[in-house]
Order: sequence, then structure tokens, then C-alpha cells
Amino acid sequence: MECIFGFTGKDFVMTATDSTVAQSILIVKSTEDKSRALSKRILLLFAGESGDTVQFAEFIQRNVRLYEIRNGVELSTKSAATFTRRELADNLRSRKQYSVNLILAGYDLTTELPSLYQLDYLGSSVSAPFAAHGYAAHFLFSIFDRYHRPDLSLEEAKALMKMCVGELQRRFLVNLSHFTVKVVDKDGIREIAI
Amino acid sequence: MARSYDRALTVFSPDGHLFQVEYAIEAVRKGTCAVGVRGKNCVVLGVEKKSVLKLQDPRTVRKIVMLDDHVCMAFAGLSADARVLVNKARVECQSHRLTVEDPVSIEYITCYIASVQQKYTQSGGVRPFGISTLIMGFDANDKTPRLYQTDPSGIYYAWKIEIWLKASNYGDYFNKDGQELSSNTVREFLEKNYHDELSTDEAIKLTVRSLLEVVQTGAKNIEIAVMTLDAGIKNLEIDEVEGIVTEIEKEKEAEAEKKKKPSASTST
Repeated sequence: MECIFGFTGKDFVMTATDSTVAQSILIVKSTEDKSRALSKRILLLFAGESGDTVQFAEFIQRNVRLYEIRNGVELSTKSAATFTRRELADNLRSRKQYSVNLILAGYDLTTELPSLYQLDYLGSSVSAPFAAHGYAAHFLFSIFDRYHRPDLSLEEAKALMKMCVGELQRRFLVNLSHFTVKVVDKDGIREIAI
Repeated sequence: MARSYDRALTVFSPDGHLFQVEYAIEAVRKGTCAVGVRGKNCVVLGVEKKSVLKLQDPRTVRKIVMLDDHVCMAFAGLSADARVLVNKARVECQSHRLTVEDPVSIEYITCYIASVQQKYTQSGGVRPFGISTLIMGFDANDKTPRLYQTDPSGIYYAWKIEIWLKASNYGDYFNKDGQELSSNTVREFLEKNYHDELSTDEAIKLTVRSLLEVVQTGAKNIEIAVMTLDAGIKNLEIDEVEGIVTEIEKEKEAEAEKKKKPSASTST
């Protein structure tokens, strides 16, 4: 039932995760942050088996940080996505695999471009201008197809984000009351209100 | 006879020495100079660095390294050994964050490094690390600057100020050895000039000044890293170091003149 999605804008990526933690038919918490910052300008959103997600995300987070300290350079979003995909793919072939779906949003200072990667638990990785996991995909891709442009300004992106959240809350059976929206750009990662 | 006891690392000599460990400390003594000074709100590490050849990339020669966002380490001794130890410490820093969600405390990582060094004095098929380390940083949610030292035997200490010179005094192991005069004079100088309330600038100056005792070539062979609570770790640029060096030289000249004058007046 979890929804994570994101799309690129002109010089930023905007992402959203629902903030609900549910167990069976019960809502446990509605202010959970389902994302981790891998570095200053790379954000990892996760959905899936509740224990696996945080475990895997933090494992990736610490390894990316270790790489940065060892080599004195930041990873590009592409490298981080490749590393994460590889870890997932290796793990899939072990006795008990993680079932985690991920979206990686980042902004590279070298190319000055935003990028977005969609990774699933089977170890696929796709770079795309917009991405969504879970049921959200059924509702949102049509909106993205119609309204997304690669040169969206921040204000236009906020409007598009509102449209997406509105659609989910209107048409999706599950009541997702609150979404955490974040922006990744050259200044880093920040949470915004829409 | 002593020779037969320094073949296998883990064998004591009859008078209770582990020769390989003592040789490792000797390797540190032959290494370059490193100084650490703890000020009121800061810690400063300074090392003497070898001159870089004209065609060499100076970026790759580092003697002060980052272990984590809030921990910095300087070393003296074999650089190759240091790299292995640094690697282990960096992994431990991240691993600690992963398991308890907190950054390592400076004492914890010092203790970890020291225990790795100790392990290499007690296992088969290995040799001890030929390095001593100085570790500086700030603990999470704490404003006290920390400065620690480890050595090849696996001992660690907390320090207000620490210096190694070409022949630094390792009283524990080498109390019978004659120490070079310079080591003692600098140590005396530091002990005289240190107080708990050192400002950042004073601490940097003290570091550079003590380094200058062994570094003849001046600023270009000195590497300084300063750590404060607000600004984090900062490596000083070469012109900044040069500025401090000239300042110190001026002070020294003024001091020398002062000394001359009263003696001249008494003699007349």
C-alpha cells in the first residue's frame, strides 16, 4: 500500500513518500520518513517489507559515506544507483533476500543535472524522468505523461506534486493522509510543504 | 643470545621484552614529526611532510587523514602501515553509526585503533604496526576538544598536548636511552607555554612553533589541520602557514633582542 514517487525538474528532483506505517489493518504511525540521505545531494526512498527497508537503506547509506571518506570524493547519482543495484542483485541470490523497492534521486554538481533512478527488489535499475512504486504507479503515470516536462520550475513542480497527491487521495482506496515531500538540488536535500 | 628471541614475534625475551614491538617503536622514532595541541575550543594537528618531487602530485601524500566527519588522525612512522589502520578505523566508524546510530566517541575509536595495534603484537604470522597515531575530534553533544595518542604496543593516552620528534621520549620503553636535546627543549617549551585557555590562533601558533624546531625548510613542509566545533575540520593553506611562520620568526627575533639588551646593560 506504500506510495513512493518522484520526478525531475529543471535543476532539481522532487520526491514524495507517504508517511504511514501500517501493520495489518492498523495504522501505527503517520509521520514516518521513508527516505535516507546517502550523501549531501543523493536521496534514497524506500518501500517494501518494513524491517528490510530501513536495514538495507542504512546499509547503503553507510557504505556510500565510507566510500566518500576513503576516496575524498562524492559519488555521482549514477554510481550510487549502480552500487545499490549490485547489492540488491547479489542479495537476491542469497538464501534470504531483501524485498525492497527503491527510488534514488540526486543532483550532480559535475554535470549540473538532476537524475532519478527506479530500482526494484529483483535488481533492476532504470533511469527515468519520473518514477513511482507500488499502487501509486497505477494512478500517477498518466498524470506524469500529461503534465511532466523536463524543464519544470519549482513552482510548477509543486503544482504537479499537489495534483499527484490529490489524485491519490481522491481515487486510491487506501487513505494516505500525509506525504513527505522533498527536493534535491544543488544546495542539498530539504523537505518542503506543498 | 638476545637474537633468538626476536625471531618469533610472540616470544618474550628472558628479561621480559618483546623485541619486535620495541623495533616498531623505533620505526616511529625514525619517522617524521607530528604535533597535537588542544586549545579551549579547538584541537590542532601538525605534521612535518616530506618535500614532494616536482612531478609528483601532492594530493596523494597525506599525513593527516579524516576518519569520520568529526574525527581526524595524524600519524608518524610507516605510511603504508598507517593506510591499513586508517582503513580499519574508517570502517569501524561507519559500522558504529550503523549499529547504534551514533557517531563514535573519540575515546572509543582510539581504543579500537589501539586494540587493533595490540592484536598485531600478540598473533602469529603478523608484525606490529610501525606507527603511532594522534587522534583528535569532538564527541557528539559535547564541546570539549579531545586529543588522544596510540602507539605500536597498543597503549593509548589522552593528552593536552603531544609531540613526537625524531627521538621522542618514550619513557616506558626507552628510559635508558639518551634523548636528543631538541626533543626535551621543545617539550619544555610546550609545557611552559601551554595553558587550558588557549585560543584557536594561539594553539595553531604553538603547533607551528614546535614543528619549526625540527622542520628546517619552513612552511612548505608543514601540514596543519584545525578542528573547531563550529567549523569542523579545516586544512590550512600554505600561505596561511607561511604567514604564521613569518610571525613566529619576528617574535623570536624580538625575544632574542630582549635577551641581549639586559645582558648588555649588566656587562657595562
